[in-house]
Amino acid sequence: MSQSNERNESRNSLALRGVSLGIAGRALIAPLDLDVAGGEIVTLMGPSGSGKSSILAYVCGTLEPSFDTSGKIFINGQDMTGFPPERRRAGILFQDDLLFPHLSVGENLAFGLPQRIKDKQERNARIERALAEADLEGFARRDPATLSGGQRARVALMRTLLSEPRALLLDEPFSKLDVHLRERVRRFVFDHARAEGLPTLLVTHDPEDATATGERVIEVQPAMVDNPSASRTPQKNHEISTREHREVGIIKKLSL
Amino acid sequence: MLLFLAPIVAGLIGTWLPAVGIFPALGGHEFSLAGWRELFAYPGLGSALRLTLTSGILSTFLSLVLVIGFVACCSERKSFQALRRLIAPLLAVPHVAVAIGLAFLIAPSGWLVRLFSPWATGWTTPPDIASVQDPYGFALTLGLVIKEMPFLFLMTLAALHQTHADRRLAIARSLGYGPVTAWIKVVLPAIYPQIRLPIYAVLAFSLSVVDMALILAPTTPPPLAVLVLRWFNDPDLSMRFVAAACASLQFGIVAAAIGGWRLLEIIIARLTRSWLTDGQRGYGGRALAPVFGLAASSVCGLGALSILGMAIWSFARRWRYPDVLPSVVSLESWMRQGSSILTAGLNTMTIGLAAAAIATTLVVACLENERRQSVSSNGRGIWLLYAPLLVPQIGFLFGTQVLAVHLNLDGTWWALVWTHLLFVLPYVFLSLSDSYRNLDERYVRSALCLGASPGRVFWRVKLPMLLRPILYAMAIGFAVSVAQYLPTLFAGGGRYVTLTTEAVSLAAGANRRVAGVFALLQALLPMIAFGLAIGIPALLYRHRRGLRGIA
Repeated sequence: MSQSNERNESRNSLALRGVSLGIAGRALIAPLDLDVAGGEIVTLMGPSGSGKSSILAYVCGTLEPSFDTSGKIFINGQDMTGFPPERRRAGILFQDDLLFPHLSVGENLAFGLPQRIKDKQERNARIERALAEADLEGFARRDPATLSGGQRARVALMRTLLSEPRALLLDEPFSKLDVHLRERVRRFVFDHARAEGLPTLLVTHDPEDATATGERVIEVQPAMVDNPSASRTPQKNHEISTREHREVGIIKKLSL
Repeated sequence: MLLFLAPIVAGLIGTWLPAVGIFPALGGHEFSLAGWRELFAYPGLGSALRLTLTSGILSTFLSLVLVIGFVACCSERKSFQALRRLIAPLLAVPHVAVAIGLAFLIAPSGWLVRLFSPWATGWTTPPDIASVQDPYGFALTLGLVIKEMPFLFLMTLAALHQTHADRRLAIARSLGYGPVTAWIKVVLPAIYPQIRLPIYAVLAFSLSVVDMALILAPTTPPPLAVLVLRWFNDPDLSMRFVAAACASLQFGIVAAAIGGWRLLEIIIARLTRSWLTDGQRGYGGRALAPVFGLAASSVCGLGALSILGMAIWSFARRWRYPDVLPSVVSLESWMRQGSSILTAGLNTMTIGLAAAAIATTLVVACLENERRQSVSSNGRGIWLLYAPLLVPQIGFLFGTQVLAVHLNLDGTWWALVWTHLLFVLPYVFLSLSDSYRNLDERYVRSALCLGASPGRVFWRVKLPMLLRPILYAMAIGFAVSVAQYLPTLFAGGGRYVTLTTEAVSLAAGANRRVAGVFALLQALLPMIAFGLAIGIPALLYRHRRGLRGIA
């Protein structure tokens, strides 16, 4: 992976400009400005339902159209707002590895490889290298369902990295792993993200994830019904449940 | 969507207008109730009506009680899993094949009597009992139950899955409720709304069934739907007005029955409301388990025996009463019918494949579009989809045929496929929609973020992952098409012979062997389709453990 590393390091960056999200006329996320440099890992923290995962979906372009959105997304200085996800090249990892169950481990990795690499040998070589990197030599023909949780997580990261992303989005990717595995996979993912020089946005509710990065943490604070900040948001719909009230969030910068 | 509802609406209007005397092609230009007067003057109308209502409502009621009783009492028993496996093939067997097989089985000279004669019954000649085409329609009711119980059972299983019934049950039982009481108090109220439409479809079907009734119901007088068909086909064209009036009456009866059923639901729900929360734990339910277990198994057993008996008849050369098995076995019946088997079989297959393929393509396109536009499906949509299943076929097919004549499509292959699609499409949609919608959307997002275009994601990720449910839905569509009798008769204009139309017309004749050949083939084709639908993905994905859960 080292050659792409050199190529990207100086240029890669991710920027959010005045990004705010809402649903059904209610604000979910107040305008957010954020710059993530290549190799930097910024953590968005907050309880579930605060809309932090929706920010990632907005960045990679897969947010449901039912959300009201404003603000711009820049990747490497290029305005990507409104581009379809496949043009943005922002790799994303979820809680589940989401390896395609109908493809073998190697085929999953091949799915990630860009189409422009035509040469069969070159494709295979890259897949082998990725497997070696993940300590999974000889696993190409294996059924992903037969792999352990940690192995699957590593394959999922490798699949994303092979697609030559320009930014990395992590949507609570460690929360489903066993405690003893979590630390190792976390290290594996962070090390690769840094080595590749990828601007990385991590969403989590686990404080340990945040400390592990040792970098910036931004807290997505939920607003309660009796919170004065919530009363400022216009509430047209009177049938909102308490759960939805809590989704009305404000964002507060904790540390820099 | 419109393309599929238009024929039904047009069909209904095209049936209702002649009912009140307006049918220009036959010189009817003025409003007149002559058709109705003649209908009410028909001496057998009363008993036809009674026959229709008893067999239709009784069979629906019995099927429902059996399914609910069986699922409530026996879900922990071994028989539950066994029956579950038997259900799919039984569901695949067309109505006509079940009817013919059942007639073989329970006829005075049928298999059941042979098994016990003469050693147990003392009958050395077939007894003189009208066990098939009996005046009370019991044979028809039984046939309908055999066919409808598996359908409702399958629908109930799907509903159980959707409502997380096992968790509800676990909670209720940890609160000290007996298993059956727990099921009825916390699971049934949740699943009933989900199986309501299937129940109505069963009710509508049972009240207006033609193909099974032709074989199992008495002939003088037959149930209403058969009367309608008889009058539509009457050489005296003025009988069309009577037929149209009768078809309209049929529609009214189905509508009234569904309305009445709904009313009963509301009343029962009201009356049992306080019982739900009165705290009674009810441990007695267990005693009912063997009863329902036995009843449900015998219904399925009868179904399986019907098919088996039919298969044996088709190979029999000499099979004298009361031999349990034929004394001479040969392929003669198959050989002699060679060419007509080929014609009918090819027609059945091409029409079925075309209808299933078109329906599956449309449904997939529709579901994919739904996802991309993020329109959520609403309750009304599903009612529209069920429309062709709720409206009695005989009530609108005549009108649809009139429409086809106007469009110059009457009797063409395309008209036939189109008419089949009306009935194939809802089943394909119902079968596929849940799996399609339940596919984890994040797979698609991951693939998109890996740089794959939406088209590539659709072909390389979604379709392969959904291969099993898609093929299964296609097999269901094929099975539905194979089973169509009335639509084939009307839309084909008599020019297209399928295994089903052949089987029905042969069943009326005396030759059980030939009827057995066609009925067996008719049952075999859908089974092969289901076998392929299960086998192909199993073979392709034999090394992919992660796909086994998706279906």
